[in-house]
Amino acid sequence: MDKFVVLNPEEELRLIREEILPGFQPPEPRFLLPVLHEIQARLRYLPLEGLRAVSEYLGLSAAAVWGVATFYPQFRFAPPGQNQVRVCLGTTCHIKGGEAILESWERELKIKTDETTPDRLFSLERVACVGCCSLAPIMTVNDSIVGKSSPISVKGEILKAKTVRGPKTQTNSNDQ
Amino acid sequence: MKKNNNSGSQKAWEQLQKRTNREISGKPVPEIRLGTATCGRASGALETLAAFREEITRSAPAARLLEVGCVGHCYAEPIAVVANPGFPPILYGPVTPGVARRLVRDFLGEGDPCLEFALGAVEENEKIPSVFELPRFRMEKKIILEHAGWIDPARGEEYLLRGGYRGLFRALGMDPRDVIREVKAAGLRGLGGAGFPAGEKWEICRAFPGKTKYVVGNGDEGDPGAFMDRALLESDPFSVLEGMTIAGYAVGSHRGFLYVRAEYPLALERARTAMESLRGLGLLGKNILNSGFDFEVELARGAGAFICGESTALAAALEGKRGMPRVRPPELAEKGLWGKPTLLNNLKTLAAAARILDQGSPWFRSLGTSRSKGTAVFSLAGKIHNTGLIEVPLGTTLREVVDTAGGGVPKKKALKAVQIGGPSGGCLPAGLADTPVDFDSLKEAGSIMGSGGMVILDEDDCMVRTARFFLDFIQKESCGKCAPCRIGTYQMLKILDGLTRGKGSDAEMKILEELALEVQQGSLCGLGKTAPNPVLSTLRYFREEYEAHYREGRCPARSCRDLIAFYIIPEKCSRACEVCVGACPVEAIAAGAKGIKVIDQEKCVKCGSCYQDCPIEFQAVIKVSPPKTGGK
Ligand SMILES: Cc1cc2nc3c(=O)[nH]c(=O)nc-3n(C[C@H](O)[C@H](O)[C@H](O)COP(=O)(O)O)c2cc1C
Repeated sequence: MDKFVVLNPEEELRLIREEILPGFQPPEPRFLLPVLHEIQARLRYLPLEGLRAVSEYLGLSAAAVWGVATFYPQFRFAPPGQNQVRVCLGTTCHIKGGEAILESWERELKIKTDETTPDRLFSLERVACVGCCSLAPIMTVNDSIVGKSSPISVKGEILKAKTVRGPKTQTNSNDQ
Repeated sequence: MKKNNNSGSQKAWEQLQKRTNREISGKPVPEIRLGTATCGRASGALETLAAFREEITRSAPAARLLEVGCVGHCYAEPIAVVANPGFPPILYGPVTPGVARRLVRDFLGEGDPCLEFALGAVEENEKIPSVFELPRFRMEKKIILEHAGWIDPARGEEYLLRGGYRGLFRALGMDPRDVIREVKAAGLRGLGGAGFPAGEKWEICRAFPGKTKYVVGNGDEGDPGAFMDRALLESDPFSVLEGMTIAGYAVGSHRGFLYVRAEYPLALERARTAMESLRGLGLLGKNILNSGFDFEVELARGAGAFICGESTALAAALEGKRGMPRVRPPELAEKGLWGKPTLLNNLKTLAAAARILDQGSPWFRSLGTSRSKGTAVFSLAGKIHNTGLIEVPLGTTLREVVDTAGGGVPKKKALKAVQIGGPSGGCLPAGLADTPVDFDSLKEAGSIMGSGGMVILDEDDCMVRTARFFLDFIQKESCGKCAPCRIGTYQMLKILDGLTRGKGSDAEMKILEELALEVQQGSLCGLGKTAPNPVLSTLRYFREEYEAHYREGRCPARSCRDLIAFYIIPEKCSRACEVCVGACPVEAIAAGAKGIKVIDQEKCVKCGSCYQDCPIEFQAVIKVSPPKTGGK
């Protein structure tokens, strides 16, 4: 997720209508989840207007699409922060102190789980299990998995994310 | 029944063998295989990969570097196998970037095998002790994970070279009904949790009429604490795909879906690459091995819902709906995807079926116990030395798994319990360590075999808090369709929540037990039906621990944060050491008079970092419960 792209609502909708949906032929309800995954992979969230376009394309009611999208924890409806932090709270991470790590993030970022910092640099989520239990406790920062983490190591991760990636200015897709 | 054109496949098979053999002939070159599955990456395998690459370019340009999956020894990650002509292949771990550079320079360059970093040779030989002398290697019997960590998961040729696809080749020459007979005779039971006989399921699915049928590989693996299926897909997706193809042939299906949870991006990527490789080899798609049999597999991605591992919910998810289970029967084998007969198996079951078709049912039956045949794959995690994946014959005792394969509990702590089967399973106390691991024995003891997650708990782990954890998980994952699960688990969680804070009563305990039975009996699907298991099993074996919480406000394991406090014993604190100060995330520890550290109880968040990090020679940090009485 190195390319951090922010589009305006019209561009988002155009991308969904012209670049994403036509890839699913012929339009069938079974493509709903793959379509939602694809939109989120490109935009990092599911815009509401985009869901309407999806429902028209697949021939489903808007309520059906919304119902499915909100059922699955994987989908989000607001853009996440530039750095996505996930703290694993699977069984092993639980007994090895995953909760204290999540709290450490909340404390350092001054946000709650499932929120984004006001500067949009970080968003914080919990994840049921990333299946990397032998190196618990686990947190993931963007695409990198951090094993054997500790409450204090959160500070280092924040610093790393800020210095390595820096607070990038918002860029348009054309610039990349 | 139309018999397959066996002579056609025979020729195609021979050509394929020739083609793959040609690939390896020629002058042997030094070869490095580095495990870059998710667990390897979490230990820095990608940095090690970069170091290998750099050093190879610099000092051993002829060497080949390959990324492989996981051999199961996560505790020693990153792991690499180095095959240097003239030496037996040697397994190394942990291979840090520094070790990687030395292996290239000193071993490939100078012929010094750097045995100080080695776990052992992976072939019996005269020169170097082999890994097969280690207790873990001796007790393991790898069938499902036979190729995991050894082959390049991107290249089907490597799987073929190690004997892959012999099972499918043999199956294609048989009548589909005989294929099913073989799986039945092997006594293979489903490895996704319930242990349903696989051959019987195939037979039922075959028996329902219809031209369109589907095969589904269940790789949802939602159990927190389990990672067998992830490792299998990241290391050897071919075994799963071969098994699916055999299953398709047996039940009369031409289309499969491989459903993998979204939390496993690398597994998804590697499965996709493997499928492309197989298509290129004519082992997936139209007219497989020139036999006239077509089988196509589509990769499907989950979206973070645990319930989608349940078969009917998974089918709904594949159809693009909310993943909510429905009443069974009808089973999927009768009315599955889009109303068509559908065979759904766990990925390990499918991989095992491929081996059975290759090596025959008598071979498979020779492993395991009288009622549980074959092997079981477990992910070992928690309070245990040698975490990772193991595969052992069914019937191996828990003690052997924990002590021999796992190397026991670290820090001289006592084993307290083994949690098996995740939120549907139970906690078996140390006293039952001689229980054989098989479907029936585990059930009798109050747990289930589950899909293979095994979490080791030690004396510092609280059973009430563990039960609360699972109920919290279930509460979040309950789909809400039926009331016993939706409301019952919520009420159970509330009681458990109170207990971990020292609140509760005998009356509430009674309600908890009643609710557990009602949720068990009244729920629609397996999620609710098994949700009370963690509570019931801990109540069965650890009741006094529950009572201590609400009667005395005490957590005997000193784990529930509302009921404990941390102190530093002044006499034990070393003045020169500042480890705890650095470990504390909230700056609650400061040096007081004469450099002795003191915890500010107001600031302390009870994360336990100081307790964990205080050097073993001092052990100056203590935990007390209840918080008020101790500390002096
Ligand atoms: C809530 C719930 C979650 C499940 N999750 C999984 C899973 O992640 N993987 C799996 O193979 N089976 C899972 N199962 C079991 C499946 O319903 C099914 O029994 C199994 O996949 C059948 O395969 P098998 O016969 O090869 O064991 C789950 C069941 C329930 C009730």
